[in-house]
Amino acid sequence: MTEANILRRKKWRMTGVMIVLIVLTYGSAAITKFNIIEGLFAIPSTLAWMINNLVPSAETIENIPKVLKRLWETIILSVIASTTAAVFALLFAILGAQTTQFNRFFGFVARFMASIFRNVPVIAWALVLVISFGHNVVTGYFALFFSTFGFLVRMFIETIDEASSDGVEALMATGATYFQMVCKGVLPDTMPQMLSWIFYMIETNIRSATLVGLLTGTGIGYLFDLYYKKLDYNMLGLITIMIIAVVFIIEFTSNKVRKVIS
Amino acid sequence: MHVSPLETNVKVRNGRIQITNMTKANIVMRLVLWALLLFTLIGPFFLDYGTITWSTAISLTLGNLKMMFLEPAFHQITFATALKQISMTLALAFLATILGAVLSFFLAIFSAKNLAPSMVSNGIIAFNSFIRAVPTVLWVLIFAIVAGLGAIACVLGMMLHTIAYLTKAFAESFEELEEGTIEALRASGANWWHIVWHAVVPQSSSYMVSWIFLRFETNYGVAVAMGAAAAAGGIGFELFMASSFYYDLHEVGMITYCALIVAIILELVSLRIKRKLMAKS
Repeated sequence: MTEANILRRKKWRMTGVMIVLIVLTYGSAAITKFNIIEGLFAIPSTLAWMINNLVPSAETIENIPKVLKRLWETIILSVIASTTAAVFALLFAILGAQTTQFNRFFGFVARFMASIFRNVPVIAWALVLVISFGHNVVTGYFALFFSTFGFLVRMFIETIDEASSDGVEALMATGATYFQMVCKGVLPDTMPQMLSWIFYMIETNIRSATLVGLLTGTGIGYLFDLYYKKLDYNMLGLITIMIIAVVFIIEFTSNKVRKVIS
Repeated sequence: MHVSPLETNVKVRNGRIQITNMTKANIVMRLVLWALLLFTLIGPFFLDYGTITWSTAISLTLGNLKMMFLEPAFHQITFATALKQISMTLALAFLATILGAVLSFFLAIFSAKNLAPSMVSNGIIAFNSFIRAVPTVLWVLIFAIVAGLGAIACVLGMMLHTIAYLTKAFAESFEELEEGTIEALRASGANWWHIVWHAVVPQSSSYMVSWIFLRFETNYGVAVAMGAAAAAGGIGFELFMASSFYYDLHEVGMITYCALIVAIILELVSLRIKRKLMAKS
């Protein structure tokens, strides 16, 4: 095939993809009754509204301790959900990864269970748990735990499979046992990467905790919902700014740690 | 006493040769692990559990989960409605992804270090981390104040996070373009737009398509959640109605299964795309 032909075919393929995408966009807009022009114009007007209204006033400053208390609850929840889920995820990932599985069947079961846990929507867990546990931190904890667990298993398996097949082969050749292979070969190799996934999950969970809190009446999400329904925009501004501050602090720390350990 | 150069490098403790090297990275990692462990052990004592009877709550949960996963059934809605609502959720996710992708493309050109001045690039990166710091659900609710609850607020809220994510991904793949290519084009008299359209875009188009699909998978999950939390319609809204309004766990189970199957299909496709990407690079 000549050079010009390849280029022409590539061009045709790109045009085809473009046409399909445009058709899909119009179809989706029709299904959801979304007006693209109106939608895009809502962005600047919303930003202008935010600058005018989402400003904490002098009275709202007094409420800072109240917000801090809820925020603290949300932070604890995100961290302990991430760390405890990581412990279970590590076990399942070792069972499920290609290089460390000791049985094809168990490997499949581990991967399948993790897939169920991460693909059931977080809100489904939250909505079911809130029926039995009520408006309680435990509801939020379990909802976050389930989805974090599923996600971390996927990421840990990818990490193990990418990093360690050569090292494992070398260790097995020297006659190491399965446990020596996992503890001395796989874990030290993959620990930095896994740790940075845990940090990523803590960041993500702060945001998910807001969503879960909104649905289950816990943490900072509950507070946001309360003032949202009261139309108290000054308080909303304060809460939003404080969430941003917390996410920035966590992102900053995790970036620092990631840079040193990897 | 004479010490051979080999022995000075071998650390011995309790008559055993130490094989782990205490580098700075190792020390920091251990500290972080201990800190996380400590926080996990102490953290639960700071939480307010209210009045909770653990035994009844746990047995109730197990019963609910059994009703949900083992005895799913439709009562209030039909299978056809569920399908329609899933296509609605997919449509919301698609709109947020595609609009976000178009805007991200332009932002990414101006945030790639090899294509734009560093001041513009840093400005865009800072703007993106501000967007990312606010949870999607808050963006959706804030948009809802101005545009009203519904598809517009939902799509725009999800779009902002999509932009923050895709801009970074696109910019990274633009930055992989070799400096030599840009220089050669510039030497032959190409202007900035020529470089973008004839070198940057062709080289990274397959990457961009992959990233867009990976984000679409994430956005599907977000769209389910937004349907419930921000009343934007779709399968998430039905889930919310079935559990909080009708208290019908059989139906919650059935809707969860419908949402789950779509999510697993999307995940399998994106796994394939990822493998292809890794094989290429």
